[in-house]
Amino acid sequence: MSGARRIPGAGLLAGAPPVSFCFDGHRHTGVAGESLAAALIANGERVVARSFKYHRPRGVMGIGNEEPGALVTIARPTGDEPNVRATTVELYDGLEARGQNAWPSVRFDLTAVNDVLSPLFPAGFYYKTFMEPVSAWPFYERMIRRIAGLGEVPRVADREIYTSTHAHADILVAGGGAAGLQAALIAARAGARVILADENPWFGLGLLGETATIDGLPAHDWAREVGKELAQFENVTLLKRTSVAGRYEQGFVILCQNLRDAPPAAGDPMPRWRLWKLRVKQTIIATGAIERPLLFANNDRPGVMTTSAAVGYLDRYGVLVGGRIMVAAGDDAAHDAAARLARAGAQVTVVDSRDSGSRIALEAGASVEWRARAVNTRGRAGVTTVRIEGSAGHRWVPADIVATSGGWSPALHLYAQTGGKPVWDDTRQMFIPGTTEQGAVTVGACNGTFDLGAALGEATSAAVKVCEAIRLTAAARSPVAENSHDTAGAGQWSEVRGRKRCFVDIQNDVTVADLDLAVQEGYRSIEHVKRYTTLGMGTDQGKLGNVNGVKAIAEARGEAMSAVGTTRFRPPYVPLPMGVVAAHLSPDQHHPMRRTAAHQLHEAAGCVWLNAGAWLRPQFYRRGGETDLEAVNREVLAVRRNVGLVDVSTLGKIEIAGPDTITFLNRVYTNGWSTLKVGMGRYGLMLREDGIVFDDGVTMRLGEQHFVMSTTSSGAGAVYEWLTMLLETRWRDLRVTLMPVTEQWFAAALAGPKAREVLGRVAEGFEVSNDAFPFMGGRVGRVAGIPARVFRISFSGELSYEINVPADRGEELWTALLDAGRPEEMAPYGLESMGVLRLEKGHFVIGREAEGRTNPYDIGLGRMVSTKKWFVGKEALDFPEMKNPRRRQLVGVVPANKTERLPSSAHLVLPEAPDKVGGSQGWVASMAWSPTLDHDIALALVEGGHARTGERLLAYAPIAGKKVAVDLVAPHFYDPDGGRQSG
Amino acid sequence: MLLISCPFCGERPEDEFGFGGDASVRHQGGGDGTEPASVEQYADYLYLRDNPKGRHAEYWVHRYGCRRWLVAERDTVTHEIFSVKSASEGGTG
Amino acid sequence: MTGSNLDWTIVRYSVFSLARQALAGHAGWPEAWRKPEPKRRYDVVIIGGGGHGLATAYYLAKLHGITNVAVLERGWIGGGNTGRNTTIVRSNYFLKDNAFFYEHALKLWEGLSLDLNFNVMFSQRGNIILTHDFGGAEGATMRYNALRLNGIDGEFLTREEVRRRVPDLDFSPTARFPVFGAMNQPRSGVARHDAVAWGFARAADRRGVDIIENCEVTGFDIANGQVTGVRTSRGEIGAGKVGIAVAGHSGTVAAMAGLRLPIETHLLQAMVSEPVKPFLDTVVISPGLHLYVSQTDKGEVLMGGALDGYNSYSQRGTWPAIEDVVSASVALLPRLRGLKLMRTWGGVMDMTMDGAPIISKTPIQHLYLNGGWCYGGFKATPGSGWVFASTIANDAPHPLNEGFSLDRFRSGRTLTERGVGNLPHHH
Repeated sequence: MSGARRIPGAGLLAGAPPVSFCFDGHRHTGVAGESLAAALIANGERVVARSFKYHRPRGVMGIGNEEPGALVTIARPTGDEPNVRATTVELYDGLEARGQNAWPSVRFDLTAVNDVLSPLFPAGFYYKTFMEPVSAWPFYERMIRRIAGLGEVPRVADREIYTSTHAHADILVAGGGAAGLQAALIAARAGARVILADENPWFGLGLLGETATIDGLPAHDWAREVGKELAQFENVTLLKRTSVAGRYEQGFVILCQNLRDAPPAAGDPMPRWRLWKLRVKQTIIATGAIERPLLFANNDRPGVMTTSAAVGYLDRYGVLVGGRIMVAAGDDAAHDAAARLARAGAQVTVVDSRDSGSRIALEAGASVEWRARAVNTRGRAGVTTVRIEGSAGHRWVPADIVATSGGWSPALHLYAQTGGKPVWDDTRQMFIPGTTEQGAVTVGACNGTFDLGAALGEATSAAVKVCEAIRLTAAARSPVAENSHDTAGAGQWSEVRGRKRCFVDIQNDVTVADLDLAVQEGYRSIEHVKRYTTLGMGTDQGKLGNVNGVKAIAEARGEAMSAVGTTRFRPPYVPLPMGVVAAHLSPDQHHPMRRTAAHQLHEAAGCVWLNAGAWLRPQFYRRGGETDLEAVNREVLAVRRNVGLVDVSTLGKIEIAGPDTITFLNRVYTNGWSTLKVGMGRYGLMLREDGIVFDDGVTMRLGEQHFVMSTTSSGAGAVYEWLTMLLETRWRDLRVTLMPVTEQWFAAALAGPKAREVLGRVAEGFEVSNDAFPFMGGRVGRVAGIPARVFRISFSGELSYEINVPADRGEELWTALLDAGRPEEMAPYGLESMGVLRLEKGHFVIGREAEGRTNPYDIGLGRMVSTKKWFVGKEALDFPEMKNPRRRQLVGVVPANKTERLPSSAHLVLPEAPDKVGGSQGWVASMAWSPTLDHDIALALVEGGHARTGERLLAYAPIAGKKVAVDLVAPHFYDPDGGRQSG
Repeated sequence: MLLISCPFCGERPEDEFGFGGDASVRHQGGGDGTEPASVEQYADYLYLRDNPKGRHAEYWVHRYGCRRWLVAERDTVTHEIFSVKSASEGGTG
Repeated sequence: MTGSNLDWTIVRYSVFSLARQALAGHAGWPEAWRKPEPKRRYDVVIIGGGGHGLATAYYLAKLHGITNVAVLERGWIGGGNTGRNTTIVRSNYFLKDNAFFYEHALKLWEGLSLDLNFNVMFSQRGNIILTHDFGGAEGATMRYNALRLNGIDGEFLTREEVRRRVPDLDFSPTARFPVFGAMNQPRSGVARHDAVAWGFARAADRRGVDIIENCEVTGFDIANGQVTGVRTSRGEIGAGKVGIAVAGHSGTVAAMAGLRLPIETHLLQAMVSEPVKPFLDTVVISPGLHLYVSQTDKGEVLMGGALDGYNSYSQRGTWPAIEDVVSASVALLPRLRGLKLMRTWGGVMDMTMDGAPIISKTPIQHLYLNGGWCYGGFKATPGSGWVFASTIANDAPHPLNEGFSLDRFRSGRTLTERGVGNLPHHH
């Protein structure tokens, strides 16, 4: 039974409108803007969740991001949101929440049978069983998986709007408590660009109920005034509801801002979350401290919460968490809290482990018992009684809330993420920053400074120093805190061992006994214990439990806290919605799709699109009811017999200029360039430094010192970078300049025996006759009135001209060429048809036949390898393995029976032993139906292939279950002498 | 997100750059007209690296900027960047 | 409790011992491995208490009868890449050297829990490797046909078959990464990474191996081209043979022996979402996006991607890789948008120049190197230990690791599975 109630007029939201919300089918009334946790408490909802492993009832234990227990699913029209900490979601009208990880409900959960069986499930039990029979593991695993997990992943992609932004600032202040506000104020007055971020909707929450005054004002009023002053500065950005999630190198910080919890009204474009990618010169970490719970038996029941949370609900929301509150204190701060709770009307008992201390709670009407501790609780759906162990012996005391106060843990996450080393302070019993971090400074409670006056002073001097570091002069005026004292003290530990279950990690059900067992079994390192028991691996990442865990481990090991240390602090500090992390990179931004200048025309012509690397390219252009193959056959035959047009804009283009270009080309290509004349081009083969084929293409000499290099489509970027690297790092003496121009040009190739006629109709300023414009020639002029570079080169093996025009005139050229080819009924052809044409010619393609392990000899291009000069990769061709006769070499493949089709993706195996393990002789790299030859053809890479022409093998595709007898032939199926392209 | 100070463009975030590897390895011979290296020397040049834990001279290319090659000296543990120079001036390759 | 004699009662793990111990409040479970003081000399010293080093020690003891073995670990065992990877186990390699080796490892995985008497939770839930277009599918099928010809399982899944296995992928007509189909290796899967280190440690310990944590190697004793021992933070330790299995620290440790390696150290990050109920029962991989996604037994969505992209020993990542991985995950599995990213971490990878590992003798007699795992080391763990033990015991490589010699970088017989050349940050 909960004695929680609202205290009229109390809290920061006094006067806010009531709203209606629903939890697990119960309709309740709350206050707009309070946390769901506050509303649940005020409405007497005690069991709001179930734990991960034993499905024990869980209530609200904290008040912010540290909350380990109260995880709920929020139903939203944009998609349900699992695992939401009830302490961090702000109540809005119509909010619907429900319990999770329970069946049928969190109030009555049948899966809680796990709890009864818990003796069988100690830490790491799964490593010790479920091994036999091996075949049963999938069954056990399914069972384990179903019990584990927490909420359900949304059924469909949620439709929330996420956004991200980049920002720069001089100083980030993380945390808007007293220290953070003061630091921000000093920096703001000094003129620094400041961003102050706090995860709460209000600054200075820690000052609520503070008895000290600052500059004569009640502490929280001071905070409000500072907040107002900061808001006046143009150089200050105040970010409330914003978590500083991760600190990275060189002042890069990730912040996550909650812009609204309520679902958007129709058409409201306000995003839910915003990711800030911030670059700052300095970070002031003022993230405060988190109160440490106490370890005692059954310390996980709903109703057990930290004292700061218990009083926080009163101070912030005017919600008194219970009627009978037991405060298990270990320092004076807990007495301050107890006093406030008592004054609000609760019946408060303080048990304090010390001999004496503050009298403030006593004076406020609480009963106080010194040298006493809470050691156990009872209560089915939440605490009803607490067992006290004091000088007068043991007794059970009725209570609906146990507010525990173990001490404080500075929030060191941001400090430690980039390498800061926390150290154990034995006097104050807490981990504090042990080293200084470049670009960051910790102040206030997160630095272990709990006295308000001292924290303000620390913040002031840190801010002054930080300003100096960025060459700003700051006035070092620190406000005067009166009646300020260090209430945190050294805290207390409860020493509970034995078989009673004391929970260290409330979410993952890790008990002290589990930690003891881990140490007993030799898992002594904190990282081993964590991994063996899952300590701190929940959604709260151990913000409440981890230091208690370290303590328990230290005791089990019989060593000091400092010998145990902490686990690594990893970003993010709070879980980040994946949608907001991805907000910056939509799929198309992630991998942009590239389209050529004639994209619309291809689309209009009914092309079938193909994803080719980063490019979207026409595969073929279907007419009427043609099948894919019929369309390709038609296009191929048109080129062989008539003329066709293809978009080749994707080929990389690099302009090269300078007197040493020939020397440069001689070094980067395997073949020689010294004899290349102006107006002529040459095919070049480029190797990687390890002797493997890297790229190829034609380089055309347009002028004495002016060249244009063509690269493969996929290699355009890499080739340019590699060539500039060579020029900038090794060959600085070469007078050569490169300019990548792929995007500046549109290119189309006219190919086929009638290409000359078509070009002749639109060529201006150059002649097209074979004598005037020979094979491998290049001309500059106009085509259809458009300035153009025309290269007579061929990939199809037919007479062919590649016409390059400025990209913005690509559509114009494409249309003009199709018009010019009307007498021949010229049609466009696509990438697939181009593939068939080149295959018939036996041209290799980078990425297929030359597949990253292929040297020039392997693909029969030994003649391209000059012996008279040095070139990149030359030394590597002398590696013994490069001349191994068993290397995979390029051969042609045809079916032994020409009427049979080759299986795709096949390997070649010996006919007598097709299934011999490891028996692959090589594989088919490219294959196609040749409409010119009327049978399938293929290029393959075969071990020792050059010497095996004439051999009969099996093309074998085991997955498809197909085998076809094939003959190895020379890899040129059509016009091997090349007469057609040069005539 | 590293912050790399491009000598041509100023301070820019890491995702504008491409990494080009160890800048301390030197190609011997060949292109500059001297005697080519032996196969063994060449293999060592191609494959062996000091792989230091600490200061590392390395190539970066300002891929989405000026497209120039740079040599940065960076700490491989802390990611502190000590210097960034144009490869054509400060390079060691 | 220390010393080489096994003076504690070996408790076999089983459901019966678990029940018995439950009655006794679990007070009777012994240490999984002892915490011995180092002896002055061992027949074999393994440097590195990760999965590979521990597996090596186990197989030395089990298969080669060499039990006077120490595993020296600088920190805590399994604390390197063993404990920070995406836990994928598969053998879908194309090059024969890789394929036969990883298949041998996979077969060891299949019996590992029983062999070690430690449940490593090897879960053969497949690896769905997506293809996004026809060309990709054709190439992938050719590679999987190679698997089949090498005696390894592999299958092609059509778009509809993929939809049945992973209905949450983006099958919409506007998907930027349309699902054309997928390759699957049904016997592949995932395992509980920490358990692998602990299981090998416990099993090796039971056979007499000394596992010595918090013992950093600071140098080698080498005389006449032969290693005779190591210097450590806990004193000098004599050794007949020394094996190095230190992953990302290979370069640093080898340098103490005067060796330069074809290895660069790079950072790889992985990350998990908050736990949710099971919705993904296989591993989804997109080679094009360089993305791995699976769901752990705890319910977290585990995601991994490409290297951060530059040499790093920092064990913590930078932001762009996180953004890339999460963006790609959300693009492929739109349901993930509403989940929350809970934890990110990084590990340092020993990237070889060709992308294949090194399990090899070295120019120094009786000094052996196991490293260069790139980011494929976890799946290799039992196989790696198995062949490394054989290599050390026989002072000669096993046929399964002959191809992984250091010499290959001088002969040109490199093993570039992906064909990208000597660019470690591109493997």
